[in-house]
Parts: sequence; C-alpha cells; structure tokens
Amino acid sequence: MPSNNQHRSSLLVVDDEFVVRDSLSKWFRQDGYRVETAEDAAAALRLLDKGPWDIVLLDIKMPGMGGLELQKRIKEIDPSATIIMITAFASVESAVQALKEGAFDYVTKPVDPDHLSHLVQNALRQKTLSTENLRLREQMSHLLTPDEIVGDSPEMRKVIELASSVAQTDTTVMIRGESGTGKELIARIIHANSPRKFFPIIAVNCGAVPEGLLESELFGHEKGAFTGAQYRRKGKFELADGGTIFLDEVGTISPRMQIQLLRVIESRHFTRVGGSESIKSDFRVICATNRDLEQAVKEGSFREDLYYRLNVFTVSLPPLRERRSDIPALIQHFIRKYAQAMNKAVSGIDPSALDLLVRYPWPGNVRELENVIERAMVLATPPVIKPCDLPFQVVQAQPAANGDSLEAVERAHIIAILNRNNWNITRSAGILGIDRVTLYNKIAKYGLKRP
Amino acid sequence: MPPILLVPIPPLRPDALASLARQLERRFRVPTITDGSKPVDPTPAFDASRYQYYSSLLLSALLRLYAAYDGKILAVTEADLYIPVLTFVFGEAQLDGKAAVVSIRRLDERFYGLPERASLLEERLLKEAVHELGHTYGLLHCRQFECVMHSSTVVEEIDLKSSSFCPECARLLEKRKKKNRRTEID
Repeated sequence: MPSNNQHRSSLLVVDDEFVVRDSLSKWFRQDGYRVETAEDAAAALRLLDKGPWDIVLLDIKMPGMGGLELQKRIKEIDPSATIIMITAFASVESAVQALKEGAFDYVTKPVDPDHLSHLVQNALRQKTLSTENLRLREQMSHLLTPDEIVGDSPEMRKVIELASSVAQTDTTVMIRGESGTGKELIARIIHANSPRKFFPIIAVNCGAVPEGLLESELFGHEKGAFTGAQYRRKGKFELADGGTIFLDEVGTISPRMQIQLLRVIESRHFTRVGGSESIKSDFRVICATNRDLEQAVKEGSFREDLYYRLNVFTVSLPPLRERRSDIPALIQHFIRKYAQAMNKAVSGIDPSALDLLVRYPWPGNVRELENVIERAMVLATPPVIKPCDLPFQVVQAQPAANGDSLEAVERAHIIAILNRNNWNITRSAGILGIDRVTLYNKIAKYGLKRP
Repeated sequence: MPPILLVPIPPLRPDALASLARQLERRFRVPTITDGSKPVDPTPAFDASRYQYYSSLLLSALLRLYAAYDGKILAVTEADLYIPVLTFVFGEAQLDGKAAVVSIRRLDERFYGLPERASLLEERLLKEAVHELGHTYGLLHCRQFECVMHSSTVVEEIDLKSSSFCPECARLLEKRKKKNRRTEID
C-alpha cells in the first residue's frame, strides 16, 4: 500500500533558506506527506490557517522573528502542534531551550536521512496517540458523569450554578442540607466536573465508622499496628491522591479526630497508624453535614479552627418541601428509573396521587421520595400509580400537615378555580383577582399540575 | 513511448550501465538507450566543504542538456550526492517529472570498509534506479517493505527490499504510463 493512503499527514517547513525548504519539501512529498513551506515567521503564521499541521519543522535561526519566538506563537494558536527544530551546529544551546519550551525534538543540519525519517515517524506516532488519548478521555468523562440532578426550581438552579463554578477550583467545599437532599450527589458532580475527574473520589461516611476505626480508615495502618492489622493498608487520604475525598457527616467526628483532620488538611501530610513514614497526598476536600456546626462550635463540640478550614465555600441544599415544584419531575425520574429496573410498564402517576405527594412535607427529602416511589412501583398496577399504592403516612399526613392553614385553603381554592376554568390561566387569574404572573408563581409554589 | 535515456555522469566506471539497461527494460517494459555523447559536467554541483555533489543541481544540468528529450532520463554517477539539509542521498528524482539521478558511491561495500561485491552493487544500483524512476512516474514511497518503492535511508534497507513493484505500485505505474501515452497522442 503506498504511503499516500495513510490519511496524508501534513508538514509545514519554515526556513529562510530556499534550498532547505525546497529539498525538505521534495523529500517529504515523496513520502506522501502534504507539505507547505514558509520563508519566515509571518508566512508561517499565515499558513497556520491552512492547518492543522501535524508537524512543523522550524529553523531556529531566521532573520526577523526566530524559531524560538515563532514556536511560542504557534503553540499559542495550536497547542497540539508537534514542533521539530532545525539547527546549525552552533545553536545547540537554543535547541535545548526549544525543547524546554515544548519542542518535540531538534535536528542539526545536515541531518542523517535515516534519523530524520525516524524522527518524523515517531513524532507522528506520538501525535496519533495523544489524539487518541484525548478522544478516549472525552468518552470516559461522558461515561463517568454521575446521576443527573433533577429539578428546575430556582433553588436547585442556584445550587447547580454554585457547584459548577466551584468545581473548576481546588477550593474546599462544604455541602449543607438535611438528610436525603442529595449531598453526596452534589459532591460527585463537583468532582466529575473538576480537573481531578480522572482520579478517584473517595467517600468516607464519618458517622458510620466507629470512632476507634476512623483513624485507620482515614490514614491507613502499618502491618501489626494493632491486633488484627495483618497487612499494611492504605487509608482514604492516600487513596484519594490526585482526586477528591468526600467526608460525609463530618459534624459527627470526635474532638481527637478533629485535631488530626485539621493537621492533614493543612499540611497534606500524614503518617499511617503505627508507622513513622510521612506520606504526602494531593487531595481536594469536600465535606457534608446536616448538623448545625455553628451551634456545635459555640457548644465546644466542634473545633472552631477546623470549622473555618472546612467552611470555605458552602453549597446549601434546600429541603424538598421548599422546592415543591420539582416534585413532579422527580417523581417522573424515579418512575422511569424503577420501571426500567423492575421491567414494569408503569409510566405515570394518577393526578390525585400526585397531589398527595406534592403536599406531603417530606421530612426524609428526596431519599424518602425515592423510597415511596420504589414502594409504589412494586404495588402499582400498570399503567399509573394510584393513591392506594402510596404508603400510609403519605396519605394520612395530608390534613395534619396542612390543616386549615391559610396556605392549604389558598391552595385548594386555586385548584378549584383552575379546574373550573379548565386551567385557563388568564380567566382564573381574573376570577382570583391576581395577575397572571402571580398565579404562575403560586402554581409553581404549590407544585400544581394540570390534570 | 520514448525509451528511458541512461546518462553516465563522471566519475563513473565504464561497465556500470551495461546490465542495468537490460534489467530496467524488463521492469518498465520500455526500451532504454545509453547516451554518453554529451558529457555532463558535475563540477558546478560540487561542494568543497562537504566533498559532495548537490544532486538537485545535477538534475537541473541534466534537464538543460536534454531539454528537447521527452522521455524519462536516469543519470548514474559515482559521485557522493547530497541535498542541503541531509547528510547524503542515494539518489534524487523529480516527482512525476522527467529526470532522476542515482549515485553508486554508498551502494558499494567498499564505502563501508568491506571487500568489494560486484553482484551486490549491481543489485543495489538496480533497486535504486527503479525506485528513482518510479518517482518520475509519480509513485510515492510505499509501506510494503519488500516493494522497491519502500523508502530506504540506509543501505541495509535497500538489501531488504526487492527490485520489483508491489501489486498496488505496479498497478499505479501502469496507470501513469497509460496517462503519459495519452498525453503524447493528444
């Protein structure tokens, strides 16, 4: 197979000497490359538009802008350009400089043809590998994207905005929110959108690990450090090297561990339990808590210095009852999820059941909602979930939760008016004596949905 | 189709072209003629600091001398050839053009301090001659290592390849020859 079938790799030769340009371009054309030449930096920069060039052969000494300067300009325009410097014997020092600034290699004139041909082939091979690597990483990051955040309420939009702006930095993040609001999900999203995404995110539930074991869990231990330590074990901080450590329920850790945690977060150095070797790890800290840490600091159960070290950037997750307009979308999301997992043809929810769910106060937040939907999916007879499929507490909670409060009465009245007018917003707003925008806001507030 | 014109450029041993002519006729199925009547002077191509001859200048001299000739021209010399960026070349050809030049200097075992092997030299010269003429027919380097159009930057690579075209290059060569013939008729 002649070499002109190999995707026609492209080469740009920049040299002020005509004979060099002429002989190199002839030589590479016979190898099947697409070759263009430029006699100076200006011409070379103009030709960059015709690129991208797989390889740029650059004379280091040219009148006007020299090869080193031109290399910088080219790298600014096309950072992936592979540059090979051509030098005369005298300028080996500047060739070394070029290598430091990112040139692939340099050749000294006159160059052995065998050397040149291998050099160009190697450069091309490396270029192909880097391109492939980049493509695979992109595919991988697509695969790594965690569960989507469901919800379009202003509160959630704010959270997503905060999370994505802090993701790109290395700042310590504290995620506050009631149990079940999705703190770990947000932590994973921050990690997945950060430059650390190709390294692991290590989650430690500080509340779930017994006090005695937390130290070895976090820092690892040497063989024989304590009874039962038969092998050396790496701790979570060591495993998170290059990535992120997610400390869940950070408010529950003991004062003694708080000191250790503070030290490791400040110095990024620690020793394994029973060991003396100092280990360095490069990690980012994301922590989460549902405790009132400020109160704990006042009471003296949480160290103030650790509090300030952790509380750099706070993302607060609203409880589900404060973003009721997201409930229908969340319900649909979980129905889809469990319909697939259970292979059950349930595709929606009956309006009265939806109404019950929207009105329930959700002390357990999204986690509780997910469990309720999972349970309902087991009981439901396709195609929809009915009120009878919902657990007792959801159905019963209604009067107690809302009672005869003004909100409950307003909500019921709005539903009645909307239903009477077949959900004609203008007419309903007119009857209610409010403008359309206010009505829309109330519909969102109460999570009302057209039947 | 006009014959392939073989031109000796001094310095060159007198018998160098004898068997080459026959072999080229077989490979290209085109007759050859050897013309030593117009002496090509290599001196202007000589570079005293490198002690080598600039092959592109030899090609230009050849083209001037045979400007009226419309067939392929292959010059053979014992002079060591170079192009400015490279330390040496075995030969040079005009891609899809008329003229090519091949040096036997680095094909000779004696260049590498080894005893002379006349048959090996003959074989290497044939391969390089076919290769450079292949370029004049527009053929590019081939990735098949046995094909004569495979690029050789060291003499061992010349020994590794054969003196014939791989099927793909042979097909391309026939296509190019047909195209040339059509242009002649036009």
